[in-house]
Amino acid sequence: MTSLINKSLVKSKAKNVFSSPWAALGAWIIAILWTIPTFGLLVTSIRPEKDINNSGWWTFFVNPNISFENYQQVLFEGSTTNPPLYQFFFNSLAVTLPAVIFPITLAVFAAYALAWFEFKGRDFIFFSIFALQVIPLQLTLIPLLQLFAKGLVIGDVTIIPDLNITGTYIPIWVAHTIFGLPMAIFLLHNFLRQIPRELIEAARVDGAGWFTLFSKIVLPLSVPAIASFAIFQFLWVWNDLLVGLTFGGGAKEVAPMTIRLAEMVGTRGSGWELLTAGAFVSIVVPLIVFFSLQRYFVRGLLAGSVKG
Amino acid sequence: MFTLALHAARKTPADIIAENFSLLALALLSFGAVIFLFFLLASRTSVKTQEWLKYLVFLVPSILLLVVGLIYPAIRTLILAFMDKEAETFVGFDNFIWAFTIPEITVVLANTAIWVVTAPILSTVIGLAIAYMTDRMKRPAAIKSLIFMPMAISFVGAGIIWKFVYNYQPNDNKPDIGLLSAIFKGFGLTPPNWLLEAPLNSFLLIVVMIWIQTGFAMVVLSAALKNIPDEVVEAAMLDGAAPWKRFYLVSVPMIRATIVVVLTTITIGTLKVFDIVRTMTGGNFQTNVIANEMYSQAFRQMNFGRGSALAIILFVAIVPIIIYNIRQLRLERTER
Repeated sequence: MTSLINKSLVKSKAKNVFSSPWAALGAWIIAILWTIPTFGLLVTSIRPEKDINNSGWWTFFVNPNISFENYQQVLFEGSTTNPPLYQFFFNSLAVTLPAVIFPITLAVFAAYALAWFEFKGRDFIFFSIFALQVIPLQLTLIPLLQLFAKGLVIGDVTIIPDLNITGTYIPIWVAHTIFGLPMAIFLLHNFLRQIPRELIEAARVDGAGWFTLFSKIVLPLSVPAIASFAIFQFLWVWNDLLVGLTFGGGAKEVAPMTIRLAEMVGTRGSGWELLTAGAFVSIVVPLIVFFSLQRYFVRGLLAGSVKG
Repeated sequence: MFTLALHAARKTPADIIAENFSLLALALLSFGAVIFLFFLLASRTSVKTQEWLKYLVFLVPSILLLVVGLIYPAIRTLILAFMDKEAETFVGFDNFIWAFTIPEITVVLANTAIWVVTAPILSTVIGLAIAYMTDRMKRPAAIKSLIFMPMAISFVGAGIIWKFVYNYQPNDNKPDIGLLSAIFKGFGLTPPNWLLEAPLNSFLLIVVMIWIQTGFAMVVLSAALKNIPDEVVEAAMLDGAAPWKRFYLVSVPMIRATIVVVLTTITIGTLKVFDIVRTMTGGNFQTNVIANEMYSQAFRQMNFGRGSALAIILFVAIVPIIIYNIRQLRLERTER
């Protein structure tokens, strides 16, 4: 009895010590510090150009002039050499959708096979795919790019012909699919393995083939894992610069927003009214996804790094 | 060719989008249709056929893609690293000798080393501090969301955000629009030209990486802290351990394996950092790092040999970290 009281006393004490106002204050200060740079960008983007260049964004609160001119200009006004940002916004969407859907579909398939088919060499294949995660993107860039540009010819035998797809989305989609696969297969495999064996066996006994089993049981059960990975892949592809830069072949017609923004920083280092508005357009989509689906995102993150 | 370019230039953005949209729709529809048809046909085949067909549909596409898209290119890069600029003649270790002796490139390697030492440690330490401070808080969600938010922002976006913070006003008569300069002047100090002065500029770029990665460290470490059994913390409290002691004698050792995973994960990300440097300084003013130099060598100088050699150096730096990471994970599993 006394020990019980003691225990609950300690527990409430523990709570008090940990939730001390000082710790909370410290955490809040860091959180605010962390947010100020982004907040400054947002405030700047809605100020008139003249204000931006003649006073700090923090003076906005004493002298609030709001203008959406920057957005109008960066989104819709372009030149023959530099199309308006809305074209790049569309490209970002067009690059991201298939680059999320393709790898996830293939990865669920492969994860299903590796988790539930019994065959020789299964562990070897699974381990190899896991090990492929050590290969940094940079290690594959040059040869992969040549594959897309020239095909693959060994001696006189053409293994992959020149498909003439440079300057379209296709190389970017395929590259993102390849780079996303190892991680996706690994995470989804870990998840699919946890489906109770009895469930799979019962379905098999009932006469369900491997394909029916997949579409009727495995796929519906793996929706949460798929959602987690989809958010990951979405953020990765949407925010990517390197893959778009190399596999887009420098074509403005297919370049995602990150490329255009990086270019704007380089050429007009001081056009802050356009840069801040453009940057905000590009970060608002992932921020919406992030805030609405944060739970799934965190789950995926933990599956990837805590459990492994 | 010239007329073609002229023709392309005359297309309006709306035309380009319409064209691209049809490619997008076609790609998605045909992908869906192929898979749907495969399933429809395959599920009607006999049990015996399914035994081999299942491999063809489920496993073979991924394996083919990985072999052609990752394994073959990686091996090819290894070969290219020992070839000349145009990948025609074998040059032995020339590209590696170049990387380790030419001053401009040794600066690149030294900068990468600075990044790798500072960014992971600081992100992890700050992330752990926040995780611990919010561990028993009643409503930590808002704080955590704010610190986690940069994870959703692209490196390019983050580069622009911070370039604005570091904005330098050369004209003394004009007011500052960069926050950091304004704060400096507020304290009566003369702000330096932030992004031009080495080695300060490299550290300012590293701050951007820390800003992004701290949220990751916080979320993962926070989950690990929550996994520590209450009894352990209570026992330490009954023994009268002060909060600070409890932190580094009880909490930290209990989540040591997770700390290692966080550190190594951020280290690998830091080794590959490219977008931040490219966006903020273009690798100029002695801020260059290996991934950016690899890109410049391979795709600007069109020197495939040197680009490949740098990629190999990057790979060789990453492998031991990942092996260590996997061994830690195994250790953690067997301990549980």
